[in-house]
Amino acid sequence: MIQVQNLVKVFGAKRAVDGISFSVERGEVLGFLGPNGAGKSTTMRMITGFIPPSGGSVTVGGFDMEENPIPAKRLIGYLPENAPAYTDMTVHGFLSFAAEIRGLRGELKRKAVQRAVEMCFLEAVLHQSVETLSKGYRHRTCFAQSIIHDPDVLILDEPTDGLDPNQKHEIRTLIRNMGQKKAIIFSTHILEEVDAVCSRAIIIDRGKIVANGTPQQLRQKSDWAGAVTLRVNGITAAALSQKLAQLSTVKKTVILKEESTNVTARVFPKSGGVNSAANGALAQSIADAAQGWRIEELHTEEGRLDEVFRNITMPDTMKEESK
Amino acid sequence: MNGCANIKTIAKRELVGYFASPVAYVVIVIFLLLTGFFTFMLGGFFERGEASLTSFFVWHPWLYLFLVPAVGMRLWSEERRSGTMELLLTMPITPWQAIVGKFLASWLFLAIALALTFPIVLTVNYLGSPDNGVIFGSYVGSLLLAGSYLAVSCMTSAITRNQVISFIIAVAICFLLILVGYPPVTNFLYHTLNFKPWLVETVAAFSVMTHFDGLQKGILDSRDVIFFLSIMVFSLFTTGVIIRGHRAG
Repeated sequence: MIQVQNLVKVFGAKRAVDGISFSVERGEVLGFLGPNGAGKSTTMRMITGFIPPSGGSVTVGGFDMEENPIPAKRLIGYLPENAPAYTDMTVHGFLSFAAEIRGLRGELKRKAVQRAVEMCFLEAVLHQSVETLSKGYRHRTCFAQSIIHDPDVLILDEPTDGLDPNQKHEIRTLIRNMGQKKAIIFSTHILEEVDAVCSRAIIIDRGKIVANGTPQQLRQKSDWAGAVTLRVNGITAAALSQKLAQLSTVKKTVILKEESTNVTARVFPKSGGVNSAANGALAQSIADAAQGWRIEELHTEEGRLDEVFRNITMPDTMKEESK
Repeated sequence: MNGCANIKTIAKRELVGYFASPVAYVVIVIFLLLTGFFTFMLGGFFERGEASLTSFFVWHPWLYLFLVPAVGMRLWSEERRSGTMELLLTMPITPWQAIVGKFLASWLFLAIALALTFPIVLTVNYLGSPDNGVIFGSYVGSLLLAGSYLAVSCMTSAITRNQVISFIIAVAICFLLILVGYPPVTNFLYHTLNFKPWLVETVAAFSVMTHFDGLQKGILDSRDVIFFLSIMVFSLFTTGVIIRGHRAG
C-alpha cells in the first residue's frame, strides 16, 4: 500500500531525511522508532503529502503523492504530532467537518461520525468545545478524525503521547485490531509499544534507517540475545568465573551481583544470537558444570529492544563513555 | 463539482468558527457603532440635506482599514500556530480550495456585517427619495473594497503565525493602498516632488480610493471592479505561493 523510495528532505544545510526506502503492505503495522530529531515526523509528513520531498518518491495505493496527491490523500488517515484540532469547534462539529471533507454526506456522514465516536470513546464530550477538552480527549478526537473514513492507510505520529496507561492500552488495542485490515505506520518513543502492536519495526537515526525487522529480529541484535543469566548458591564469584571460563561453549562471563551466598552472572555464548540448539547446549553445559554449588535460577535472554535501540542510535562518543 | 463541495465545506467550517468566537460579534457591533458615529456625527448626514448615503460610504475605506485586518488576521496564522494546517493540507483537497474557501467565508462574514447597516437605507428612504441605484452600486463597491483588504490580510496572515504581526502588516499595506490616491498625497507628489501628471495618475491608479470613488457615485465601471478583483486574485495567489513556500521548508 505504501512505497517509500529513497526519500530525502533537506532543510538548509541539514539532511533531515537521508535516503529512506521501505514499504508497508495491508495487514502490517510498522513501528517507527528513533531518537528525537531523527526524522520520523519529517518522513511522515512527506508520506502524507504535507511537505514535498527534496528527493525520492512516495506512492500510496499506487498513486504518486506528488503527481496525483488527491487520490493518494483520500486513502490516508493522518494523526499529526501533538494532535491538532480546531479548538473553536465542538467534537461533533469537528468530526462532521472531517467526514464532509472526506466526501461523506447525509446518512453516511452520520454513521461515520457515530462509528468513530464509539471507537474512540468520545460520547461523553461529543458536544463539548475542543478547547475545553483534556489532553487525552483532544488526542482521541484527532485520532477519531483520522479513522473517520475508514482509510486503508493510517499514519499516526506518536498516537499514545500524553495519554494515561488505560488510554494507551485502548489506543494500542485499537491499532492492533485495525492493523489486520489496513496498512499502518506509527511512530513512538515507547519500546514496549513496538512489542505490543507492531508486526515490523524500523529504527531511524539521523535521517537513515539503521535497523528494519520484526521486533523479534531486532531483539536478536542485542548483545544479550542468547546469553544465559543464572543465579547460583555456594560458590564465590571468582570461582564461578573460572569454572565457566573452562567450558568450550562460553565466550565470557559477567558477574552482575554478588551477595553473601548468592552470585548472579550473565554468561555469553561463543556462537552469538538466538538459536535454540546452541542456547540449549550452553544452558546444558552450565548445568553439567554445577558441582558443589547449586543453580537457583537459569534462563536464556531474548535480548531487549531498549538495549538494541541505545546501541544503534547512541552517538559513538557516548558509547565509548558508557563502556 | 468536487472542488466546489470542498470549498463549501471549508467555508462553512470557517464561518461557524467566526460565530463560535467573540471576534464576530465584536467586529459587527464595533462596525455598526462606528458607521453610525461617522455618518451622523462627522459626516453630517442631516446637515447635508440631501437624500444620499455619501456621508455613510465615504468612511468605509478608513473603517475597513482596521476592522477587515482584524477579521482576516487569523485565517492562516491560527492554522499555522495550532498545527491544524497540517490536518487541512493532508486532507484530499487542493491548497487552492482551502484558500478560496477560507477567503469566501470571511468575505461572507463581512457581507453580513455590511448587510446589517440596512436601517440606514430605510432611514434615508423614509426621509427623502434617494437614488437607490447609486446606493446599490455603493454597497457593491464597499463589498469589493472589503474583499480587497481581506485578501491582503489573508496574504499577511500566511506570512506569520503571529496574529498581531499579521494585523499590523495588513493595516500598513491597506493604508498604503489608500494613501497613494489620497488628494493630499497626490498633491504632494505633484507640487513638491514635481512628479509628471501621468506619473501621479499612474500611482493614484493603484489606490483603492480612486476606484472606490467611482463606485461610490453609483458608477459601476468595469475597470474599477476589475481593479478590486485583481487585488483579490493577486493576494490570494500570493497566499498560495507563501503557503507552498512554508511547506517546502
